[in-house]
Amino acid sequence: MTLAERKRPRVSFNDARIEMAHGAGGKASRRLVEGLIAPAFANSILDSLSDAATFSVGGTRVATSADGYVVHPLRFPGGSIGELAINGTVNDLAVSGARATALMATFVLEAGLAAEILRGEVAAMAAAAQRAGVAIVGGDTKVVEHGLCDGMYVTTFGIGELDPRFDLDPRAVRPGDRVLLSGPIGSHGITILLARGELDLEADVRSDTRSVWPLIDALGDACGPGVRWMRDPTRGGVATALNELARDAQVAIALDEDAVPLGECVRGACEILGLDPLHIANEGQFLAIVAAEDAPAALAALRGVPGGEAAADIGEIRAEPARVVFGVTPYGGTRAIDMLVGDPLPRIC
Amino acid sequence: MKYVDEYRDPALIANVAREIARAVDPGRHYRIMEVCGGHTHSIYRHGLLDVLPPNVELVHGPGCPVCVLPTGRVDDGLSIAEREGTILTCFGDVLRVPGTRGTPLEYKARGADIRMVYSPLDALRLAQEHPEKQVCFFAIGFETTAPSTALTILRARALGVTNFSVFSNHVTIVPAMRAILDSPGMLLDGFVGPGHVATISGCRPYEFVAREYGKPLVVAGFEPLDILQAILMLVRQLGAGEARVENEYARFVSWEGNRAAQAALETVFAPRPTFEWRGLGFIPESALELRPEFAMWDAERRFAVPGVRVTDPSAAQCGEVLTGALKPAQCRLFGKVCNPEQPVGALMVSSEGACAAHYRYAERAAEADPGRALESEPVRA
Repeated sequence: MTLAERKRPRVSFNDARIEMAHGAGGKASRRLVEGLIAPAFANSILDSLSDAATFSVGGTRVATSADGYVVHPLRFPGGSIGELAINGTVNDLAVSGARATALMATFVLEAGLAAEILRGEVAAMAAAAQRAGVAIVGGDTKVVEHGLCDGMYVTTFGIGELDPRFDLDPRAVRPGDRVLLSGPIGSHGITILLARGELDLEADVRSDTRSVWPLIDALGDACGPGVRWMRDPTRGGVATALNELARDAQVAIALDEDAVPLGECVRGACEILGLDPLHIANEGQFLAIVAAEDAPAALAALRGVPGGEAAADIGEIRAEPARVVFGVTPYGGTRAIDMLVGDPLPRIC
Repeated sequence: MKYVDEYRDPALIANVAREIARAVDPGRHYRIMEVCGGHTHSIYRHGLLDVLPPNVELVHGPGCPVCVLPTGRVDDGLSIAEREGTILTCFGDVLRVPGTRGTPLEYKARGADIRMVYSPLDALRLAQEHPEKQVCFFAIGFETTAPSTALTILRARALGVTNFSVFSNHVTIVPAMRAILDSPGMLLDGFVGPGHVATISGCRPYEFVAREYGKPLVVAGFEPLDILQAILMLVRQLGAGEARVENEYARFVSWEGNRAAQAALETVFAPRPTFEWRGLGFIPESALELRPEFAMWDAERRFAVPGVRVTDPSAAQCGEVLTGALKPAQCRLFGKVCNPEQPVGALMVSSEGACAAHYRYAERAAEADPGRALESEPVRA
């Protein structure tokens, strides 16, 4: 699949400098990747620009993914940078239809970092990898001068075999398909925001970081061929992930905003801070586009997995107007739902 | 969620929408200005334009402090950030307002120490933590946020914190409303009054709208039910040929307002002789400066800011949009050259700005259903 075949508009990158918004997962990130980085490397595997690259090795279809983690603070309610680094890459593979087989990890450490902190994060990574059923098989360490990397950064690379139950392709998405969401949104982004302690705001909210593979596994058993597309809505949130799909698949997406699962604390924090929960990052949820006739079985399968009880059908794919995501309010009005613009939150993953 | 869900009840909202449809005169066109940017945001966020009869038109007013901030003041503030040993603090919205040589975010990317705070008290705390630095708070906002700035300055004085200062861009809403009411060809029939400002000022300062200009005004809250109820009250007044100030937001707003906050404002601030508003030009006594006895905490006195004047970009039609003469989409820059990611005019900067709200919530929904004319009626200027 080439860029031309997908009719993706050509993106140019004219910004003079890199700013925080270029890392926030929204429009600016898209410009950076598609306008500056991807064109230099253009090839048929990269050009699909999905969360994982898929190709054949010796006749076996595999998916690979790499992700860097720079979250601040390193530890927060519900998780830490080490857990994110495992679950994030496992999830990028999972939503590409592959169960992670092996991971590699690179550490960039700052001189002066307490060994106890590093020991804690390595233990957190080992535990998360065990929970996800994946081995950490290699990696690298580097140390930089004090003050250069906020304690530690972690990069993980993962590989997995593509699961034959799935045949995912945004071009297979068609009008009438349903939009499913695995559970309540926004808790990771809000947790990080509050954990930084810059707001005089406290709430009982925890990051949702986890491997989503058990849910995707259940989906594969229930209706694998009916699943068209999946994505974990991390930076930029549900709104950004769905806008990317609308653009890639040339469809419209109508969201029933009342159906989007949302915890009371996250909702309250968003109301107070003026944030849209649809733009807030998640680390343990995924979106799936499923054929309408398979949606009830898919939802039942998700709800049958521990941690999937709140899965919901949040909207449908429509033909027109192409490339637009819009919300239908409970009052019969509509509003367009755009990608994230700018950077509403500090470094979150 | 308590105090929110009650005001978003679909059945109640459908009721009020039906009442509005019943109360309007089908042969009459109603132009109602919601003064406050918070109302504009809520109207788009909840798709309220879709539930109003087609002959009730909402005009988005000047009550978005980021939007009316002139480029020269942004440049002045950024000149403080460029000083050695200085931390400039501001609310999140200010970070994306373009100055002549870039936004505060771009200055930050180039190395300036600019930090976002949610309260001026956070800026004061930063000053206490960094006695070796000068910490300046880039203050914006109407009477809603000005009291928190005033209280912070009073606290800085009480604590003897001298490395803290405020670059005041606080403005007051009444002179701006007068400027709009006095503008030639003014077509407005009534106002949804600014609810948050009125929690401080009370309803009394708006009596002139009814008394001197013969237009009704209803102070309203920010939830969908509040806004629709206020529109219903306005339509009923207009039908009865009345012009009164009414209070829909009685759960927070009294006639006299918050006396303690008013006293803090009075203690710390005095009206400036004149102040520039983006799109509206210079308006006498429309902004607040620190009184001379607080000179130590006044960034303009402490840092001798240059007092930059920058003419609004001539192609941008922010002024016409602010006064209701043009709809956002009728500006020649709207959407293509000027969009929320790369704003030219300030109305595109804040999510409360009429243009950003329109771009984000309405434009693409209108594409979604071309048969429904969202704000498509031509405006007679």
